[in-house]
Amino acid sequence: MPGSEKSEKSDVAFWQGNTALAYGALAAGCNFFGGYPITPSSEIAEVMAEELPKIGGKFIQMEDEIGGIASIIGASIAGAKALTATSGPGFSLKQENLGLAYIAEIPIVVVDVMRGGPSTGLPTKTAQQDIMQARWGTHGDHGTICYSPSSVQECYDLAIRAFNMAERFRQPVLILSDEVVGHMREKVTKRNPNNLKIVNRVRPSVPPEKFTPYAPDPLTEVPAMASFGDGYSWHVTGLTTSDWGFPTNNPPEIEKKMLRLMSKVDRFRSEIVEYETEYMDGANVVVVACGSVGRSAMRAVRDARRRGIPAGFFRPVSLWPFPGEELAQKSLGAKIILVPELNCGQMVLEVERVIRGRSEVRGISLVNGELFKPSEIGRIIEEVA
Amino acid sequence: MPGTEVLSWIRTRFMPHIWCPGCGHGIIMHALIRALVALGKDKKQTVVASGIGCSSRMAGYIDACTLHSTHGRSLAFATGIKMHRPELTVVDVMGDGDCSAIGGNHFIHACRRNIDITAIIMNNNIYGMTGGQASPTTPAGAWASTAPYGVIDPSFDLCRLAEGAGASYVARTTIANPKQAETYIMNGIRKKGFSVIEVITHCHTQFGRKNDRRLPFDNYKYFKEASVPLTKAKTMTPEELAGKLVCGEFVDREVPEYTGQYAKVIENARKRG
Repeated sequence: MPGSEKSEKSDVAFWQGNTALAYGALAAGCNFFGGYPITPSSEIAEVMAEELPKIGGKFIQMEDEIGGIASIIGASIAGAKALTATSGPGFSLKQENLGLAYIAEIPIVVVDVMRGGPSTGLPTKTAQQDIMQARWGTHGDHGTICYSPSSVQECYDLAIRAFNMAERFRQPVLILSDEVVGHMREKVTKRNPNNLKIVNRVRPSVPPEKFTPYAPDPLTEVPAMASFGDGYSWHVTGLTTSDWGFPTNNPPEIEKKMLRLMSKVDRFRSEIVEYETEYMDGANVVVVACGSVGRSAMRAVRDARRRGIPAGFFRPVSLWPFPGEELAQKSLGAKIILVPELNCGQMVLEVERVIRGRSEVRGISLVNGELFKPSEIGRIIEEVA
Repeated sequence: MPGTEVLSWIRTRFMPHIWCPGCGHGIIMHALIRALVALGKDKKQTVVASGIGCSSRMAGYIDACTLHSTHGRSLAFATGIKMHRPELTVVDVMGDGDCSAIGGNHFIHACRRNIDITAIIMNNNIYGMTGGQASPTTPAGAWASTAPYGVIDPSFDLCRLAEGAGASYVARTTIANPKQAETYIMNGIRKKGFSVIEVITHCHTQFGRKNDRRLPFDNYKYFKEASVPLTKAKTMTPEELAGKLVCGEFVDREVPEYTGQYAKVIENARKRG
């Protein structure tokens, strides 16, 4: 796993999640940030405004959220590793251009530090209401790559991983953080740049006159990407294109493009999928939780085990693709699967889909702006065990 | 017939283009390419960005680094490109609805930042591609498919908007004066800062047909008759100027350019860093 290597020269910091996420992005080689202020994500922009010019990178505060994502797509087309960060209302505004980055296959990283919605909702309180929006928010089909950090260290590490995945898969990668993870402070071990695995997009290996901008690599299905200004004149469009990158109305070409947008992610999901488990051996009650809720759930499961209840813990780190096969396999024989989440039932739908009735699946919703207390989850574990 | 140098900037395999016969957009594209050729620009160091609409198809026809982005957003994409690679020549081609309705916010802020991008607005007073709906530059009283009783909105003066928002070069001409369009575009590209060249064109298909300018020629004739040079306009009363198209270079000023200013930020940050 990138970013997890032990290093001798690592130094330690005491950061909030948003700060760690920004420094993780910088460690990954991020050299462009375009965004717009919004609570509870603004600290990410503030760190980038301070740090990027020091390394010759660029920061721009755009006129709105739409401009924020547009500017990073533009910068990425010109060769940058580019980041934007936002929260619910801004994430909604970014969906239009997120679609352009999916269809034109432009690597970018978009952070959504979730707060309560809909609309302005709860700017300073936590929620996990954007899980399905991350998968289905922009119109049209596409593969989605989305990670959910649960600690400050993970904000740092997943920022690195997100950039590597964006470059590897040539598409947007989302990080769904939340207000609790974004604002809490913890110890972070900074990764030694010499030990860090950094992925860079595959550049064309052919001269400009032989360059077919969207001809996929036969192995990865991902086309090599040139940058504007590097000697390749090519066309980027939001229209559906052939391998030449120009609009097509030819049904076989349309289908080829559409299916590839899905399969380039689906076929290689094992490179993307990540999850954490604890106490899953012989678990009768499995608690599936992500992000900040993962922390409460982990504590609840540990406490239950201490009381002799065979509880287990499964935390999806990648929300999309969802580690469903892995969950189904690891929870075989469980009597019940509990899915506590800070929404009215989103991730639970995915759990039900993969469990297919083999175990009872019960969603536990909390939508009052607060985080679950471990005892609240613990009480339910006890009830159902 | 365009010269070979001009033709070398056109993706001729996509001809015939999608624009209606007699459309003015081709005249603007020709003027833009002549300006790029005259300035000795390199196709591989030139970006042409566009949004959505008939105007936006121009990016697909020009053989350069081209970006056909989303409706109204092209300047925000172009800003990212220019910020990351300030050495590139960046031209942004927009329609009137693209620039001033859905993209109005991006437009005024690109003017305000004064980032070195040349924006060419092809103003045909209508949403042509979608079938003749009213745009912010459709003249009051004109017919549009979404204003079947006549437009009641006052129309935008895009040059005054650009001037007020801080652009360093602002000019207007019409497709009836292609040489002037070429000159203004050249001046705009040369200018270190945000340049706006509004080229008044026509959509005889969706606008002219319903507003007494049915044929392309009716529109050229109208542009010729209604055009007033800026120098002359200065001597005319507002009443005399009603319905006229004032053409000329409205703004040509030295304002600190954004990527240059950011280069100083980098310098300062490194000193302090």
